[in-house]
Amino acid sequence: MTAVDRPGRRRSRRTLPGFTPTLGFTLFYLGLIVLIPLAGVFFKASGLGFAGIGQVIGSERVLAALRLSFGAAAIAALLNAVFGSIVAWVFVRYEFPGKRLFDAFIDLPFALPTAVAGIALTALYSENGWIGSVLAHAGLKVAYTPLGIVVAMTFIGLPFVVRTVEPVLREVERDLEEAAATLGARRWQTVLRVIAPAVFPALVTGFALAFARAVGEYGSVIFIAGNFPLVSEIAPLLIIIKLEEFDYPGATAVAATMLVLSFLLLLTINLLQAWTRKK
Amino acid sequence: MRFRHSAIRLVLAAALSAFVPGTQADLLNVSYDPTREFYKDINQQFAADWQAKSGQRTRIQTSHGGSGKQARAVIDGLEADVVTLALAYDIDSIAERGALLPADWQARLPNHSAPYTSTIVFLVRKGNPKGIKTWDDLVKPGVSVITPNPKTSGGARWNYLAAWGHALKASKGDAAKAKAFVTALFRNVPVLDTGARGATTTFVQRGLGDVLLAWENEALLSIGELGPDKFDIVAPADSILAEPSVALVDKNVARHGNRAEAEAYLNFLYTPVGQKLAAKHYFRPSKPELADPADLARFPKIALFRLDEVFGSWAQAQKTHFADGGQFDQIYQSK
Repeated sequence: MTAVDRPGRRRSRRTLPGFTPTLGFTLFYLGLIVLIPLAGVFFKASGLGFAGIGQVIGSERVLAALRLSFGAAAIAALLNAVFGSIVAWVFVRYEFPGKRLFDAFIDLPFALPTAVAGIALTALYSENGWIGSVLAHAGLKVAYTPLGIVVAMTFIGLPFVVRTVEPVLREVERDLEEAAATLGARRWQTVLRVIAPAVFPALVTGFALAFARAVGEYGSVIFIAGNFPLVSEIAPLLIIIKLEEFDYPGATAVAATMLVLSFLLLLTINLLQAWTRKK
Repeated sequence: MRFRHSAIRLVLAAALSAFVPGTQADLLNVSYDPTREFYKDINQQFAADWQAKSGQRTRIQTSHGGSGKQARAVIDGLEADVVTLALAYDIDSIAERGALLPADWQARLPNHSAPYTSTIVFLVRKGNPKGIKTWDDLVKPGVSVITPNPKTSGGARWNYLAAWGHALKASKGDAAKAKAFVTALFRNVPVLDTGARGATTTFVQRGLGDVLLAWENEALLSIGELGPDKFDIVAPADSILAEPSVALVDKNVARHGNRAEAEAYLNFLYTPVGQKLAAKHYFRPSKPELADPADLARFPKIALFRLDEVFGSWAQAQKTHFADGGQFDQIYQSK
């Protein structure tokens, strides 16, 4: 109502109308859905004090779990960045029978309940599964080892990379490549100098999304991990274990640490992205 | 403007009313996983019995899940009128942390508030190829044992305590020997599933492991479901008396005004009908004389020891073995 009573005071500054209500709504919505629950985590953890949190985080078991969760998620996201972009490339540039169908398959890891994914992957990769039995001959154990965790995280992360890279790749016009070719660029030069710079920011976003999802993943990983303390125990499981002990502050301390680490990593990735855009 | 406001109000009201259930159950029983079929029968029989006695129709709802998770849900506000969980410790937690019922709840009903009991037995592959007969066979090299993580699974705590109790008795009370025994046993565990369901899947579907440590009622039930041609049950000479406990949640029944019905529901478990149904669903009835002898014949003879005899109480067992840095954590630290 104030805007109507005093016309011209705010209106002149913005070219688009409705800035104040939309900003207000955005902040309210973000606060309600994201910030308040997260603040709750930090509030619970703060009951321990800095020394207490340090003690929880500094323990051998928590450190091992954090290392595993972030390490495996990074490997899985890297794998997805490489193979996901190849998949995206194929989908954008080539026509083949059943393309639509395969295209739909890509999104399945989004839709599948994670527990189902976990059980299916474990069935495949355990020593009497289809893939697991072959790998076992080669002396490679996947299910119930950290390797299994990477497999599950790669599975759930794939669509993030494909779906972020795909539209950007579609924008990179063939003309550009042809122009590069007529100007005497070799194929690898075209890929490195023309296509890669255009796709890189989207690829980084896809990597970040896949990574963030994998770090927090619980449902699918838990079935394939083996869950041995210090070896294959992921940080989210440790949180559950602490909840089971009614150690809410301890659980939230681990959760808050994961949040801070994830936030810092995502921030770094965003900055990196902004920097490459500017270049 | 006014029109828009009332429109918004209307939409909000419609959205809110969608969340409020139109018809509510009269009694909510929060239970754990493998009691689903048992309580389905109980609810039906009790409703008939209650209507005959009080003239009231009643609808009972049962919620199932991992015992510890269910306890936490009740503490966090799930309005259970009665809880029927896998271990007394979970109800202790509700009494202690939620203050929803008195700490001495276990003395309020017969047989330590355990209308039916069970024990821990071994499920092995058909023909028992590894020749597993006793607890001591589980620590032999080359034997692979499937049991969930006692930190996340209430049922697995019974498994762990059964093994510990056996070793303690065999060594005439030597705690160091018991610890060595349980450590050796967990060295033979190839995967620590988070719950009993996961462990059963690992054993049955993945084909992993030579022996699954399981509740007797679940082992008998799964033999029935999976076909007796795939698995055998091996009863060790001694095991723990697993007492799934039941209790009235005082604060919640006071709020709902259904204390009489909730009390009748729990007492119903001790009646001949309740005891018969328990035995039918492979639980050992606390008053076997009331059950069907044919059902009782399915239970193997096992020397059962009570948790209190060996570990004092659940609170003590929890603190010594399953708390952060406790005996169980030490098994994996020393690796």
